[in-house]
Amino acid sequence: MLILVMGATVALQKAFVPKFGLDLAGGTTVTLSPVLANGKAPSQESLDRAVTIIRQRVNGTGISDAQVAKANDNIVIQIPGAGRDEALRLVSTTAELRMRQVLAVAAATNQPAEVPTAAPTPSSSAAATPAATASESTPARQSAAPSGNASPAGRALSKALTAPSPDPSTSTRATTHRRAGAGAARAKASPSPSAAASPSPTAAPDDAGDPLAGQDTSGIDPALLDEFRKIDCTAKNRGQGALDDPNKQIVACSDDGTARYILDKAAVQGTEISGAQAGTDPTTGEWIVQVDFKSRGATLFADITRRITSLPAPRNQLANVLDGVVIVAPTIEEAIPGGSARISGSFTQKTATELADQLKYGALPLKFQQSSVVSVSSTLGQDQLRGGLIAGALGLIVVVFYLLLYYRGLGLIGMASLAVATVFTYLTVDVLSHNAGFRLSLPHIIGLVVSIGITADSFIVYFERIRDEIKEGRRTLRSAVEVAWRRARRTILVADAVMFIAAVVLYFLAVGDVAGFAFAMGLTTLIDIVVVFLFTKPLMSLVARLRFFSKGHKLSGLDAERMGRTSPAEQTLQEA
Amino acid sequence: MPGVISRLYRGDINIDFVGKRKVWYGLSVFLLAVSILGLVLNGLNLGVEFRGGSVFDFTRTPGSSIEQVRETVADAGVHQVIVQQAGPNWRVTTESLQGEEVTKVQQTVAKKYGITEDEVSSQVIGATWGGEVSQKAWIGLAVFMIAIMLYLSVAFEWRMALAAIVALVHDLVITAGVYAWSGFEVTPATMLGFLTILGYSLYDAVVVFDMIKEVTGKLGTSAKMTYTQAANNALSHTLIRSLNTSLVAILPVAAILFIGTTLLGAGTLKDLSLALFVGMVVGTYSSLCVATPILVTLKEREPKWQALAQRVHAKEAAAAKAARTAKEPVSAGSQNVTAQATDKRKKR
Repeated sequence: MLILVMGATVALQKAFVPKFGLDLAGGTTVTLSPVLANGKAPSQESLDRAVTIIRQRVNGTGISDAQVAKANDNIVIQIPGAGRDEALRLVSTTAELRMRQVLAVAAATNQPAEVPTAAPTPSSSAAATPAATASESTPARQSAAPSGNASPAGRALSKALTAPSPDPSTSTRATTHRRAGAGAARAKASPSPSAAASPSPTAAPDDAGDPLAGQDTSGIDPALLDEFRKIDCTAKNRGQGALDDPNKQIVACSDDGTARYILDKAAVQGTEISGAQAGTDPTTGEWIVQVDFKSRGATLFADITRRITSLPAPRNQLANVLDGVVIVAPTIEEAIPGGSARISGSFTQKTATELADQLKYGALPLKFQQSSVVSVSSTLGQDQLRGGLIAGALGLIVVVFYLLLYYRGLGLIGMASLAVATVFTYLTVDVLSHNAGFRLSLPHIIGLVVSIGITADSFIVYFERIRDEIKEGRRTLRSAVEVAWRRARRTILVADAVMFIAAVVLYFLAVGDVAGFAFAMGLTTLIDIVVVFLFTKPLMSLVARLRFFSKGHKLSGLDAERMGRTSPAEQTLQEA
Repeated sequence: MPGVISRLYRGDINIDFVGKRKVWYGLSVFLLAVSILGLVLNGLNLGVEFRGGSVFDFTRTPGSSIEQVRETVADAGVHQVIVQQAGPNWRVTTESLQGEEVTKVQQTVAKKYGITEDEVSSQVIGATWGGEVSQKAWIGLAVFMIAIMLYLSVAFEWRMALAAIVALVHDLVITAGVYAWSGFEVTPATMLGFLTILGYSLYDAVVVFDMIKEVTGKLGTSAKMTYTQAANNALSHTLIRSLNTSLVAILPVAAILFIGTTLLGAGTLKDLSLALFVGMVVGTYSSLCVATPILVTLKEREPKWQALAQRVHAKEAAAAKAARTAKEPVSAGSQNVTAQATDKRKKR
């Protein structure tokens, strides 16, 4: 039944071959281990955050089917196709948050069509963000919950940036009527591309060739101006993972690809942030993000906010750069001395929480080292796959041959059980690989081959029991089969339990390949129990009715000579 | 010899495993001593995963020699180049390299041997990786031991659990000893093999113990057999089963080992199956000759079984006396063996 159901699943999904891991299909597997100064284990949240960041970077490069996953305290990245140097470099750089003053800002590209006009409609700003547009059905939805979409960089700021947003003057007004208690001052997340880019259309509405037109370029490294003119922020990789030098000015994109910035040297490092929480403003009820600084950070933050707050837009914005992209660039409305800042904007609970996480964990200097980088060429992968399959086939043949030689007719039952177990295992692996993201790797194959033995063990225990029963004088095979089953069942369960405990312990405590091997072992132990209980035993009961077996035919494996009924040694045992 | 084989085939064999326990203990102590000596003197040949380093694999083109490959790789500015032949491939081990250096080696090799860069497999391992792997392995080992002790104590009894664990440690040390003396490379895959031995080593012991439990459970006050004799019978009785289950477990592993060494050379297949193979052979021996004798040694200290043993021995002595007076030889066959064995025990 089960086999039929699984067979049907396989047939329906047209998925006859399981998906292979990279060691078989070819590809690069990178294992990153976090390095913490005090040797402590990193928090799971910060690891999750790191996984998200790395996944975004990898997706950003356009590599399809890459997997980024947590494995204990490590992060394992699997990139199909051998030798992806770029991806390697990307995944191994450390994500650090830095706060930089915005020196200039423009829309994502130089194409006139994509330059937002002074009065942007949601659709025109969406045009500048192909990645975001892809999953958004209507402009209305975009402004309602833009970061709920699946765009690779659909994070907090897309809200603030894409919403038909207030121009700087609105936000200034906002400051006046939203004044909170002492200590916590606030910054307003208002840098929509429309507002920021407005100087450009004013200067030359039809000539968007120079995004810097009309902007104050004083104090900016001339090389950066060129770079700024050339950079295309609608590209898939917007510079995620770029190693930005905190002591230099940089050019960066916003994380949703709607805007590009020239940014000053880092004013505050993310390490100076002590925490960030999302919450609602008690008076207005709108979502905000509260950021707290450590003492040195508080001083630095007070300095920079005091310095830039009186500057004209966009130089009064302080960009938060994480992992090479600007995640938020709020306009600083006033000097913030208390070591505690508030970012408001049109956040939802989700976007606010995301931004808070980014600030908080971007602040955590979770450094990684490449513990192992293994890239397997597709030819080597094929060799290994072939080797594993040949070994499996050879193992099966040898075991079957031995079973037939030793158990004769019974061997056929054993053979049938092995065949059922093999089909069952194959289907399980196949279904798992297509429905649960399972990837068959070399350790899995070895685990499966090795467990041919476990499956065979079970019915050998049973067969020997049957023979014992007959030797002990049970005349009919049918009763022997039943009595032997009751005794063998216990042995099989106890022995399989031992294997299963081994598999579970290995699976949960092991690193890398070991887990795959243990998984295969545990899986086949379970399959073994199912097969022995639901196939071998019923088949044996059926077969016991056949004359061939019950009369002890020479080839049945149950003949009188095989049983050695007259053996004196056996008599001794029976007396016991 | 054919007699032995056909008796094996019929499952009709009676070897006094328990009676010869001093022999087995002696052998095991000797093997353990040799293994520990090997571990101390030679140590284990740790693979690149533990030392840190880089490995490159690529297809062996006709006419390339080890020296040539070494020169080629060294030309890419890399040190500590070791070239090995692995099946149809070259396997080059070097110091631990950075991303660009890896690419450079791949390019150099690809250019020289007319293959594409993607066909050169690479592996770069940080020096701490192996430490993490082995640390986890130790934790895994400890947790497994505790879990299995508990499980066997519940399913059987603590003496059986203890005997099984002692046999297990015995297997692991001797397998490690084989690695130390032979100089086989220890990789994470090898450790995987070591850990898997755990399951298999116990599997056999569990099958035997299950039988012993059943047989000795029937031993009541009827003073026909001592615990030792019953256990020995159970062991002989399950001998075929143990040998068969071990054999069918070892055969697939042997297949992997065969394919791993002939077709692929060094790699996961070989490392894992070699450890498994050695461990399983040792494990089969220990489940027969170490686990059960230890169990019996432990059990015979129990008052219940001591009392039984005294009664049985008294009976046997009386029977022997009667036999001597009647001057009749003991009946032939394997009962003879049992009787002799009993005599030996009495002499001790």
